[in-house]
Amino acid sequence: MDATNKKLPPRERKNEWPKYLAWAFVAALIIWAFVGMPAFAIKPNAGQIGGSIMSGIFHPDWAYVYRGDGEDLVSTLLQTIAIAFIGTFISAIVSLPFAFWAANTKHEFWLVTRSGKFLLTAIRTFPEIVLALMFIKAVGPSAFAGVLAVGFHSVGMLAKLFSEAIENLDNGAGESVTSAGGTRMDVTMLATIPQLLPELISNTLYRFELAIRSASILGIVGAGGIGTPLIFAISARAWSRVGIILLGIVIMVTLVDFISGSIRKKLI
Amino acid sequence: MADRKMAAPQMTLPKKPFGWEKLIVTILMIAGILWSAGETNVDIPMFFANFDQFMKIFDQMMSPDWSYTSYVIAPLIETIKMAVIGTTIGALVAAPYAFLVSRNIIQNRFVTGILRFILNIIRTIPDLLLAALFVAVVGIGPVAGIITLAIFTFGMVGKLFYEAVETIDEGPIEALTASGANKWEIVRYAVIPQVSSYFVSYFLYAFEINVRASTVLGYVGAGGIGVFLQQALGQFRYDRVSIMVLVIFAVVLVIDYVSLKTREVLM
Amino acid sequence: MAEQQVPSTTAAPQEPIIQFDHVSKVYDNGALGLKDINLKIYPGEFVVVIGLSGAGKSTLMRSVNRLHDITSGDIQIGGRSITKAKGKELLEIRRGIGMIFQNFNLVKRASVLRNVLTGRVGYYPTWKMIFGLFSPEDKQRAYESLQRVDLGDKVYARADELSGGQQQRVSIARALTQDPQIILADEPVASLDPQTTRHVMDDLKRINEELGITVLINLHSVDLAKEYGSRIVGIRAGEKVFDGPVATADDATISEIYSGKDTEKEGA
Ligand SMILES: Nc1ncnc2c1ncn2[C@@H]1O[C@H](COP(=O)(O)OP(=O)(O)OP(=O)(O)O)[C@@H](O)[C@H]1O
Ligand SMILES: [Mg+2]
Repeated sequence: MDATNKKLPPRERKNEWPKYLAWAFVAALIIWAFVGMPAFAIKPNAGQIGGSIMSGIFHPDWAYVYRGDGEDLVSTLLQTIAIAFIGTFISAIVSLPFAFWAANTKHEFWLVTRSGKFLLTAIRTFPEIVLALMFIKAVGPSAFAGVLAVGFHSVGMLAKLFSEAIENLDNGAGESVTSAGGTRMDVTMLATIPQLLPELISNTLYRFELAIRSASILGIVGAGGIGTPLIFAISARAWSRVGIILLGIVIMVTLVDFISGSIRKKLI
Repeated sequence: MADRKMAAPQMTLPKKPFGWEKLIVTILMIAGILWSAGETNVDIPMFFANFDQFMKIFDQMMSPDWSYTSYVIAPLIETIKMAVIGTTIGALVAAPYAFLVSRNIIQNRFVTGILRFILNIIRTIPDLLLAALFVAVVGIGPVAGIITLAIFTFGMVGKLFYEAVETIDEGPIEALTASGANKWEIVRYAVIPQVSSYFVSYFLYAFEINVRASTVLGYVGAGGIGVFLQQALGQFRYDRVSIMVLVIFAVVLVIDYVSLKTREVLM
Repeated sequence: MAEQQVPSTTAAPQEPIIQFDHVSKVYDNGALGLKDINLKIYPGEFVVVIGLSGAGKSTLMRSVNRLHDITSGDIQIGGRSITKAKGKELLEIRRGIGMIFQNFNLVKRASVLRNVLTGRVGYYPTWKMIFGLFSPEDKQRAYESLQRVDLGDKVYARADELSGGQQQRVSIARALTQDPQIILADEPVASLDPQTTRHVMDDLKRINEELGITVLINLHSVDLAKEYGSRIVGIRAGEKVFDGPVATADDATISEIYSGKDTEKEGA
């Protein structure tokens, strides 16, 4: 075969410089970050504390699990779940109008959609902790402040997910309602909502999983939930208390993720 | 053509089977809402009664202390650096780990099971709680933040990445196995080429999330702009808080955009 | 080319049930939809519209029940102008026209019964639809329509559990439940296999013959058009280029209708 005599042809290259540029950018970013960083200062007794924490985690303070005073592990975990649950519920309701505002359906003026999307991004970026502190100013340091912070903050993400669901909606079913003589409201009730609902519920459950994590944090600033006893235990260096609380959080989050995840699987 | 006669409709509509499931779910939902509202003392009227308190803060935020901007630049840069370093370390550890928990690479269910269990546990702990813990261990400063972000990234990228590895096309693996390749060669020539672009994408995605997260880690002492945020909040200087919120917002927008564009180019 | 205004069916009364007067349609983006169409369709006819992709067949169908507004001209349904109809009157005219779509346009996650019932939407005030309050008589009516297309046993199944052919027959049942004088079908068999196609076409034919419902259908297959239609209308680049009984549509005529470049390319 004479084809075997041919030399290996030079590799044909598309215009790949944007790719190289992107790689160079990522590399430069990493180098910049490492080079300029001040010395990695660590407490001299870090190893010792780490050891005590580990031993605390393996010898949890079982007595704290239930004491019946409303400030034990089970009570605060339940409160955490309650904050996430009602906060997510409030947020789902508030999200609906925002979602329709931000959804990019054909008929809408682009500025409307853009401004809606921008507002949602702003809400999402507003630190939840700051929000919680603002609500604490209004309603006092309580679980209710946590509910408000979770409820408000979640709107940023939930309304975005909802608006995407609305954008992806196939309007064929709506068209068939119109062709049978239905009004716009009929289309909404008979086609839009039934098609949208499972998606919305699924999004809400997903957001609930994240809200559980938020609600566990907000106690740091006094907005209820498991965060408060955890931060107290850490500053008191009560490591076996820290251990049992971490264990509680891991179990709670795992359980909620599992239940919510299985419901979501069934919905789709 | 129309040879079958149209079925003459005579039967009456049969009864609909009762939807127990729906009823139970609805009842559970309502019970859950009522219980949660009671548990957290939800009091919407009280919120509206005290709404002026909320608005007072909001008013102060509407007139930001612009002169403070120059003070927040340095901690902001520190924050971004924390995010970059944390993401890099976390992602680099996550990559090999992801191969170890992928069932199409490691057949031993016991190994993948245990390693996945660890990964899942790590994913359950909220970032700020991890940060508080590491501040207690290594002391106040960005190191606690970096460790937190690295662990957080490890959990996130590890999961995304092993899912990508598990959904690759098995054809090339089979082909290489058939030609006598060993495990390393298979990973190198059949798996990595298929997933490398995902890895970069997840790295950048985790970076976006970490930039957001890192801005508040300082609240518990883990370095970055959050330290200043905590001070301003403690002094009720909402005009300064709003500057920081604005700057964070701007940075997040820019980084999201740059990261998105980079991902588009690299994918 | 043979133009014929006389109805081809024997028992045709004098009044047309659908009448196009100089109808033109230009889309917002400048694409030509229809150009000066004159057309009379009489009760009981089975009219098949054929033409190249992008010729304007769908536009023609959708103009009839005003899912699309026309640019100029007038369309009358049973002597009433749908072009000029407003509010309630428009909905009332639409209610008398059933429509079947290429991709079925069912609410996939709702039950078959729910989907068929939406055909009745034009007979209810909107507030009743908000609560989904359909009368028992209408449920029975919907069930009867389902039996007509041999799907009585699927009444409580979810729409997405059915095969494509079954879904299309559900949408026929939905149109029937509307109690229409006219059924519009826009490529109802385009996504079905030959066997299922036959089943759906047979159902439409029987509806036409046994219930006397006028059928206006657009098909891509000339063979099917000849087999089932009583009259053929040919559309090319928005213009009517043929109109006559099936028998007069010989091979030369057909190739004339399908001549010229694919109009879709310039439109899309
Ligand atoms: N919503 C729309 N907006 C703008 N132009 C459109 C729209 N719908 C159709 N057109 C254009 O109008 C012309 C006629 O389209 P129409 O859908 O009626 O064709 P058709 O004969 O049904 O084709 P097909 O067989 O592919 O369904 C085409 O040029 C098309 O690009
Ligand atoms: Mg069409």
